[in-house]
This record gives sequence, C-alpha cells and structure tokens, in this order.
Amino acid sequence: MKKKTITVNMGPQHPATHGVLRVELEIDGETVVKARPVIGYLHTGIEKTMESKLYYKAIPCTDRMDYLSPMSNNLGYCLAVEKLMGIEVPEKVKWARVLLAELTRIQSHLVWLGTHALDLGAMSMVLYAFREREMVVDIYEACGGQRMMTTYFRIGGLANDLPPEFETLVRKFLKEMPKRLKDYEKLLTLNPIFIQRTKDIAVVSAEDAINWSLSGPMLRGSGVKRDLRKDEPYSGYENFDFDIALGQNGDSYDRYLLRLEEIRQSLRIIQQAIDGMPEGPYRAHVPGVVLPPKEEVLHKMESLIFHYKIITEGFKPPRGSFYQGIEAPKGELGFYISSDGTNKPNRVRVRPPSFINLAALPLMIEGGLVADVICAIGTVDIVLGEVDR
Amino acid sequence: MLEYAIISSLKIIVIIVVLLTGCAYSTYLERKVVAFMQQRIGPLYAGPYGLLQPIADAIKLIFKEDFVPDRAERFAFTLAPIIGFVPAFMVFAVVPFSSDVTMFGYEVSGIISDLNIGVLWVLAVGSLGVYGTILAGWSSGSKYSLLGGLRGSAQTISYELAYGLSIVGVIILGNTLSMSEIVSQQATIWDWYIFRQPLGFVLFLTCAIAETCRAPFDLPEAESELVAGFHTEYSSMRFSTFFVGEYAHMIAVGCVGSTLFLGGWQGPFLPPVLWMAIKVFLFLFLYIWLRATLPRFRYDQLMNFGWKVLFPLAILNTMLTGLIVLW
Repeated sequence: MKKKTITVNMGPQHPATHGVLRVELEIDGETVVKARPVIGYLHTGIEKTMESKLYYKAIPCTDRMDYLSPMSNNLGYCLAVEKLMGIEVPEKVKWARVLLAELTRIQSHLVWLGTHALDLGAMSMVLYAFREREMVVDIYEACGGQRMMTTYFRIGGLANDLPPEFETLVRKFLKEMPKRLKDYEKLLTLNPIFIQRTKDIAVVSAEDAINWSLSGPMLRGSGVKRDLRKDEPYSGYENFDFDIALGQNGDSYDRYLLRLEEIRQSLRIIQQAIDGMPEGPYRAHVPGVVLPPKEEVLHKMESLIFHYKIITEGFKPPRGSFYQGIEAPKGELGFYISSDGTNKPNRVRVRPPSFINLAALPLMIEGGLVADVICAIGTVDIVLGEVDR
Repeated sequence: MLEYAIISSLKIIVIIVVLLTGCAYSTYLERKVVAFMQQRIGPLYAGPYGLLQPIADAIKLIFKEDFVPDRAERFAFTLAPIIGFVPAFMVFAVVPFSSDVTMFGYEVSGIISDLNIGVLWVLAVGSLGVYGTILAGWSSGSKYSLLGGLRGSAQTISYELAYGLSIVGVIILGNTLSMSEIVSQQATIWDWYIFRQPLGFVLFLTCAIAETCRAPFDLPEAESELVAGFHTEYSSMRFSTFFVGEYAHMIAVGCVGSTLFLGGWQGPFLPPVLWMAIKVFLFLFLYIWLRATLPRFRYDQLMNFGWKVLFPLAILNTMLTGLIVLW
C-alpha cells in the first residue's frame, strides 16, 4: 500500500510560530515526514538601511532586529564601531553595559520561558514571566525613557548617565527574582507532563550543533562549552565571576534548565556589577567622535562645534573592516562592519543567532510528531525580526 | 397523565434555562478564576464586576457573520455543533437535582426521569458528543480541523473504557444503575462513595476531564498546535454552540460525579439544590484550576496514559471491588 502524506502549512499566521515563521510540514497522520522552514515574511531591510545612515544613526536599527533584547544588540553594534574607531570607553560605561546586557538576557529568557510554556499548554506561565519582565522593562524606562526600543547605548558610552533610582530598581529586582525562579521551578521543572513533553524532544547532538554552527543555549544545551563572555571577553566581562551553564542531552528539557541557570548566573553578574559600579564619566572623551556632555556644549565653544559636526556629518572611520561578536541571549550576535573611509558604513552584516539556530529546525523535528514541532520552534528561541532583518 | 406531562415539561424547561445560564456563567467563572490565578483581573466593564460579560459575549456572537467555508460539507457542517451540544443536555434527564418536594399541592420529584438504567444512560449519551467533534473536523474541509477531529475521536475511544469502568465500582457496591437510588444510599457523609471508592473517584475525575476535552487533555482544540482544531472554521452562533456544549458537558460531568461519589443533593442545613450546585461548582473549579496549571499532553502520550495507566487501574479497581463484595 502506498503511504499518503498531507502537506500542512504551519504559519505564517499561527499562534505558536512566534511571529511570521512558516513551516511547510509533510505529515503522515501526526508524524512529521519532512519539514521546511520558510522565512522572509518580516523582511525589513535593516542591514541595508544601516548602510545609508551615519554610524551613530544606525543604533536604533539594531533595537528592531531582536526586539526582545535591545540592549544586547546596541552593545554589539557599539562595540564593533568602537573597535573600528579604536575608542576605549570608561570603566563605568563597561560595567553599566554589562549590567544592562545581563538584564536583557534575563528579560529575553523570561519571554522565552513564558511563550514556550504557553505553547506547551501551561498558559499561566506566560503571565508570570511577563510580570517579572515588567521589572526589567521599568529599569529600561528609567534609563533611556523607552521600554522596548531603548537605543540607550551610544558609540563611546551611554546616551545619558544612569538615573538616580537605577540602583534601587536593580536591587529590588535582584531581591525578587530568585523567589520567582523558585515558583517557576515548582510549576514546571518537576511537572511530569512538562518533562514528557520536553525530554528527548528536539534533540541536537554536540556534533550536529557544531556542524550547524549553532550558538548560545542551543549549543551549550548539547554540552559544548562555548560562551563568548568567557572565551573572547568583551566590555569587561573578564572582571566578573560566573559559571557557564551546560546541558548534556541537547534536548528541549536540558535547554530549559540551562536557560533558568543562565538567569541565575546573570543575577550573579548583576549583583557584582551593581556592588562594584565605578564612578566616572558616562562617555569617553574622544573629540569629534563621541558627543561631549550637554553641559559642556552649553558653555564651551569647542564642544559646541564638535557637537554640531558630529550630529550633522558624523565621523569618518579609517578604511578597513571589523567583526565583533557578543554573547546575546539567543547566541552569538556578530556585527561585521566594513568602512570605505566615508561617514557611512560600506556594508553592515549581522550574524543573527536566531537565523542560524533556526536552520537546524528540520533536523530537530523530522520524525517527530506535530506537537513536537511546536516544542522545537519554542526551544530554538527565535525572534523573526532578527531572522529576517 | 396530563398532569405528569405538564410537570415534566416544566421541569425540562426550568433545567434547560438554568443550564444555559449556568453555561454562560461558567465562562465568566472560568475567566475570573483563571485571571486571579494569573495575576490579572478578568472581565470588568460589562455590568458590576463584569457580571454581564457572558450576555455581552452572546450578543456579540449572535451578530457575527455566520461563515461557511467553500470546501465544507454543508450538511455535516451544520449538523456537527448540534450533535456536540444536544447529548450534553440529555445527560441531565437522569440527574437527581433535589429531593422530592411538594409544590402547589403537587408532589414533584427532583429528577426528570428516574430511569432504572440511569448510569448506563449517562455513559451512552454523554459520549455521543464526540460525533460532533469528528463531524466538525471532517466537514470543515481544513487540515487542522481534520487533525483535531481525529484526535478527538481517538481520545474518546481510549478514555471511554476507563471512564465506564471507573463507575463500575460504585454500581457493584450500590447494586443498582438508578441515579436516585445511588444518591439515597449515601445518606450520611461517611456513606459517600468517594470514601469507599477513592481510586474509582480519581479515575473518574481524570477520564471525565479527557471526556470533556478540557486541559490538560484539550488535544482536539490545542490552540497552540492546531489553531483551535475542530472548530477552527466555525464562527458566530455555530462556534458558540460548541462552547455551550463544552460547558454543558463539564456541568453534566460535575453533576454525575457529585451524584455518584459525593452524595448528590444530600447535605445538612442548606436546601438540596444548593448542595448540588456547590458540589458541581467544586468540579468546575477543579477543571479551571487544572487548566491554569498544567501543560498539555502530547497525542501519543495521551494514548499511553489512557491505555497503559488508566485502563489497567480501572480494571484493577473493578476486580478489587468485586472481590470485596464477594467476601
């Protein structure tokens, strides 16, 4: 007898594809025979847009790629341009950036946790996770005035100094979060249905993970120890004491435990950063490249001229190209910037973790059931804004 | 004879009206309870505390466009919601709601029809509702709906056996199939069958959730996988008919559960009808609580759980009860 399969389009409008991902599934009963992810429904041309902007004007574009971790994207881009220009930022900026990037990691993982649990049917989780995310978003709001598209980092520093209430807010979050994590564990970690749904599902072996150049929790979940924060420290990560969480089996459950552990490690880093936050300027002093502080602009002639020049015509980095990768919540986020000596980048290429991790989707779901597809899409932790750019 | 017919008809009308209101307010209850469990507030604006929300919802749904997809089988498509909805109501024919009362000089029994095979009626009629699911899934002409319908049928077949067997213990102990007799056997709280059939009760509860397709067994609809499953293509009143059917089914199962295991309408101080309502409310609350807490089973895991765990346990329970009664 010939087996008949039917083709189902999961997405682009589907509640569990986290945006506008479309997966063409060929199913035999409930078993997935073949899967093909189709992307491009959210293409916004961000890379191209960045090429037509002055260097500092491209920062808001980065927020809009992975809109769940804006600060990490800001950080990656700013570090790349700073590398290009050879700018050394003050200690305080480094510490503040690390702190905010780790808050971003927690925030991104919380959204992941909530939506993943929601996909699996545990619908309360999403509201609990968003309740905690709210605290992080409040900190963002205090810093940059924006809750999602923060655009808080600048080339050579921060948009403005950390607000006075910053420390109180962060300490409050540090106090609340561990308690809430325990609640999540009670709800999910030992829940037999949750374990059944995630254990041995969407397995990626260590070898496959490396061959598909996966990064972030997708790679570490398979037991490969690679974390740019440790391996190629940037922005002063070498000053912080933290462990890299590792999984063993490379299944969805391991990645869940790993992400919870990463939240704990991030809390450790934030604790160290807020305790040891150095005093100092919030922007590097590089005339002609980094905006001088506003008070100076109002009182000093040179500062006013530099301010005017930077705003209108930007700055011109030397010819050459640089790559800077950072450990974003979803994996290695890299910015490759090539400069032709003018005030706009010749090419900006982003290495998006979501896109590359998503490529391994067929590997994880073929042979599984339809319900596992949902679990696999969830466990990759994609943001379509970053996949399509 | 005429008197009997009139009283019965009146009882039917009263029960249907109460039930429809009950279904509407179960949605309100569900939304409020889940909201409080999720740190939200729930419906708030229609009437005081949002109490008119179910009515607002009903009006909205009635005025929506009744859309039938091109590829749907029109006849079955129209029939399916009705099939899903009627059996749930038919179960109430044999549920004793109250003791016999004297009203306006007439002796009125608290049950529409004291069928001597009441329990059998509940099982037979209650599981007919799944035809609605299957037909809806098949006739919609959509792949997601078809998958939902198939899941629904497989699930019902798997759980029907354990569901039936979980009740057998009570029947053996009570030596009757009549619902009202089972109630009268549980006069005091220590006679409640929940204490004599604890395993049977747990099995009944689990299977009942699967029967009503509620979380964590809500596979036929599974909104995050199948985009609402069998009723994806339904809109307007047809859609809400499914919903009314689902809630009526929940209330029916609550009624059957409290009748068989919790002493039915019996209880001290309060009027019998109120006791019945409280017990049914407990069942509903439990369902809502589970929905807010648990993730969803996967299709094959559900089957394994039904056939390899629940079914053997139900047989074991039946055998043990039989042995105890024999001794």
